[in-house]
Amino acid sequence: MKRSTVSVLVAVVLLAALPATSRAATEIQFWHAMTSVLGERVGEMAAKFNASQSDYVVKAVHKGSYPETLTAAVAAYRAKQPPHIVQVYEVGTQTMLSSGAVYPVYQLMKDHGVAMDWNDLIGPVKSYYSTGGNLYSMAFNSSTPILFYNKDLFKKAGLPDKAPTTWDEVESMAKKLHGAGVKCAFSSGWPSWVLVENMHGYHDQPFADHANGFDGLATTLKINGPFGVKMMEILARGAKEGWFTYGGRLNKAEALMTAGECGIFTTSSAYIGNLTRASEGKFTWGTGSLPRLSGFPQGNSIIGGATLWVMKGAKPEEYKGVAQFFKYVASTENQAWWAGVTGYLPLTNAAAKALEASGHYAKNPNQKTAVSQMNTGKTTPNSQGIRLGNFTSIRDAIEEQMENIFSGAKTPKQGLDDAVAKSSEILKEFAALYK
Amino acid sequence: MKRTVFRNRWLPYALIAPQLAVTIAFFFWPAFDSLRLSLYRASPFGDRLIFIGLANFQRLLADPAYFRSVATSFVFSALVTFVGLAVALLLASLANAKIRGLAIYRTLLLWPYGIAPAVAGVIWMFVFHPSFGVLPYLLSFVTAYQFNWFLKGWVALVLIVVAAIWKQFGYNLAFYLAGLQAIPGSVLEAASVDGAGPIRRFFAITFPLLSPVTFFLFTLNMTFSFFDTFGLVHAVTQGGPGDATSILVFRAWKDGFEGLQLGYSAAQSVILMLLVVALTAAQFRFAEKKVTY
Amino acid sequence: MAATSRVASAGAVATAELAGHLPAARRRDMSGVIAHAILVASVVVLAFPLYYAFVISTQTLDEVTSLPPKLVPSTHMLQNYADAWVRAKMGRLLLNSAIVALAVAFGKIAISLLSAFAIVYFNFRGKQVVFWMIFITLMLPVPVRIVSTYQVVSVLGWVDTYWGLTVPLLASATGTFLFRQYYQTIPDSLAEAAQLDGAGPLRFLWSFLLPLSKANIAALFVILFVYGWNDYLWPLIVTNSPEMRTAVIGIDSLIPRTSQLPEWNVAMAAAMMVLLPPVVVIVVMQRWFVKGLIETEK
Repeated sequence: MKRSTVSVLVAVVLLAALPATSRAATEIQFWHAMTSVLGERVGEMAAKFNASQSDYVVKAVHKGSYPETLTAAVAAYRAKQPPHIVQVYEVGTQTMLSSGAVYPVYQLMKDHGVAMDWNDLIGPVKSYYSTGGNLYSMAFNSSTPILFYNKDLFKKAGLPDKAPTTWDEVESMAKKLHGAGVKCAFSSGWPSWVLVENMHGYHDQPFADHANGFDGLATTLKINGPFGVKMMEILARGAKEGWFTYGGRLNKAEALMTAGECGIFTTSSAYIGNLTRASEGKFTWGTGSLPRLSGFPQGNSIIGGATLWVMKGAKPEEYKGVAQFFKYVASTENQAWWAGVTGYLPLTNAAAKALEASGHYAKNPNQKTAVSQMNTGKTTPNSQGIRLGNFTSIRDAIEEQMENIFSGAKTPKQGLDDAVAKSSEILKEFAALYK
Repeated sequence: MKRTVFRNRWLPYALIAPQLAVTIAFFFWPAFDSLRLSLYRASPFGDRLIFIGLANFQRLLADPAYFRSVATSFVFSALVTFVGLAVALLLASLANAKIRGLAIYRTLLLWPYGIAPAVAGVIWMFVFHPSFGVLPYLLSFVTAYQFNWFLKGWVALVLIVVAAIWKQFGYNLAFYLAGLQAIPGSVLEAASVDGAGPIRRFFAITFPLLSPVTFFLFTLNMTFSFFDTFGLVHAVTQGGPGDATSILVFRAWKDGFEGLQLGYSAAQSVILMLLVVALTAAQFRFAEKKVTY
Repeated sequence: MAATSRVASAGAVATAELAGHLPAARRRDMSGVIAHAILVASVVVLAFPLYYAFVISTQTLDEVTSLPPKLVPSTHMLQNYADAWVRAKMGRLLLNSAIVALAVAFGKIAISLLSAFAIVYFNFRGKQVVFWMIFITLMLPVPVRIVSTYQVVSVLGWVDTYWGLTVPLLASATGTFLFRQYYQTIPDSLAEAAQLDGAGPLRFLWSFLLPLSKANIAALFVILFVYGWNDYLWPLIVTNSPEMRTAVIGIDSLIPRTSQLPEWNVAMAAAMMVLLPPVVVIVVMQRWFVKGLIETEK
């Protein structure tokens, strides 16, 4: 045979042999719902872990949106082939907790002798995903709502370059913006999450009974109390007078902010990445904490985003790998890196300090807003989080009534009462499953 | 009817086996299972399965949102079917003459059939786009009203109706054209000799003679708009704004695959099943009675 | 069933008309000019959105977001199509769609041929039951049984696989029904002659029936290909990984929503790529397509 042929054959054999050696490592399936830039970062995190050791290989697989990823995990579990790790959005927390299909993170770490400083987790993150002081799922990408404002539009309306801090300021500034011809003076993404769930927690108001579902399955919402009604009255007035533009459910309204049409906007801190890219060369913007309503106590904003849950049904040596991966993810160095490139909240106080020390927050002050907001707030039973069964349907029900309130079809009290009634029915359905 | 029959004991079974296997596994079994599941309350992960009899159905029938969805579906289907057929019939009548090149026209009219409703939706989504679309742009010269389908339910409904009719239109037109061309000229001539004007001729003769075609297209468009438009809604409006475009099939999918309420979704599927059976039964009843040949 | 055959025959006549073979004199009050005008206008109105989509797919982002809308193709076409191809991994998506469309078309044709042959040319126990079972499948479309079909598929472990994508779509018996209707019109003398010649049933099927069925097979192929290519709900449910999705749902990631840049030019490029194969199949095979539409009507 010719020498060149032999060398080609040798190369082929070597190349064929290469994957075989890495396949000897234990594979860990990690299903997530992150897209585009964030999806790449997840892949990078997994790749860095894989490169740092040779016993385990984490395969990060994008499975679709949050609901699709959860459905996929459910189907896989039922077919007895669950992934090891699945990223579930915060709305699915109760579903996961009640399922009997998860391996609690604190238990996993304990069983595999991986020490974690649970107390260093930032308060709201820890409280949302813990029961009885023990963490059930691994916080991964947590965000919280903050306020964004378009500096160029502020200038146009003759407003100083400063974010509003109270709802009174929001109202007066939005009125000025509206008067100056701004199409969308104030709007918000994730209407229920920001304007109802977070506003309640931010002012230490209960969202649902049983301490928002932490003390047992919730049976009814409490959003139609004086605080809830007052918030909706402000927004209904804004909608009627034209300075509040309702932009749709989920994060549909972000399109308005992205297009540079909104003066003041509240939404998840995770929006920073997209807004930075979209506004480049078009307009300048800043951030601030969520506005407060005077006359109500200080609470804290609530976590959103997703966490990593470990599914039952895998082999012991695979769980060892999962524990190692989580340890890697939670390390200060990696948390600082992850939060820095994604804009999500750093998991631990140590990571937050590292970001501060490295000057990252000095260069990216907007990323610090969310952290500062969480640190200034007080974590109370009403602001530790929300755990509801069938939360997706409940959010839908709330947003549907919000739409009725904003369009003027119902008064705030009426709309909220109807939302509470519908939600109670949904909660009852869920509770009936686990009687 | 005399029928030549091959004598072979096992061969016929072997021949039908593949079709039967697939049909039993993926049709009958799921259909029965849907019926069964609709009587249960099921937890997403399968750890709980509680028999609740007809409670899912009671919940559906007591829910005003469900009735809104039924209404939306019927309104949507009625618009797609009636407007689609009426416009197609009108244009076909006007275009009905002895001309050459019908085969070419046919090809040029039928190609939208190959476009998935979802893709048609994506195209029309942009045509209707409140900020960049050509339609709102043109309308802005006529009125200051904001045709924003993100926010206004009726605009979103119009959007999906237009996308659906557009996709089906050439098909409806082609069939009506063919149906019209099949009507013997002598019948109409006789009528005009009798003194009947064009409109009278149309309603007394043409339309009844077209009833097989109308009937066929009616059934097809109704079925299409009830079931095959799932992709259209999912890709474009996701049932919104609010629940303005939440047609029945979309709801059933959403409650099952996003809300993870499997029993509740199965109950909705069962109701859809009854609807289809009723539609099919009505179809045959009507065909026997009213369609004139 | 009498109704369907009557409609079918009306449709068959209609096809002949559409094919341009007009019978005796057609005298109407409208002139041919108006007819042409109407038809041309209809073709233009139907084609306009597609043309518009094509124009968008050639524009730059700035052109997309500026008003008034331009109606002439621009220069950015290659970049947009390349962009769409890479970002949505169109190569893989189109391959998946092709696999599903072809597998459903050929698969269904194959099993329908065989079962229709069995039903028409054999007498066997349970034949009537089988026939009714098959007929019932015409009545319940997929959306009506999604949850349970999904459960069956997931128990089989077929979620997110080509098997799961294609096999459940073979369940309804439209093809069997079509071939059955057709076979019943074939004169008995053919089968008798074949038997006299010593041909067994399979030989008869292969050498006699199959060649005769060519037109029906072509017709069914077009309908099934388009159906398999464009199916939305089932691939959405049964696949999760981006690599397993079909083109019609895979382009979802490119549709500009909410906080993303309004890159409608890339979205339209993707839409064009997705709609081209089934439209081409229809145009190229239009004669059989029309036949197939009339005969399947479901």
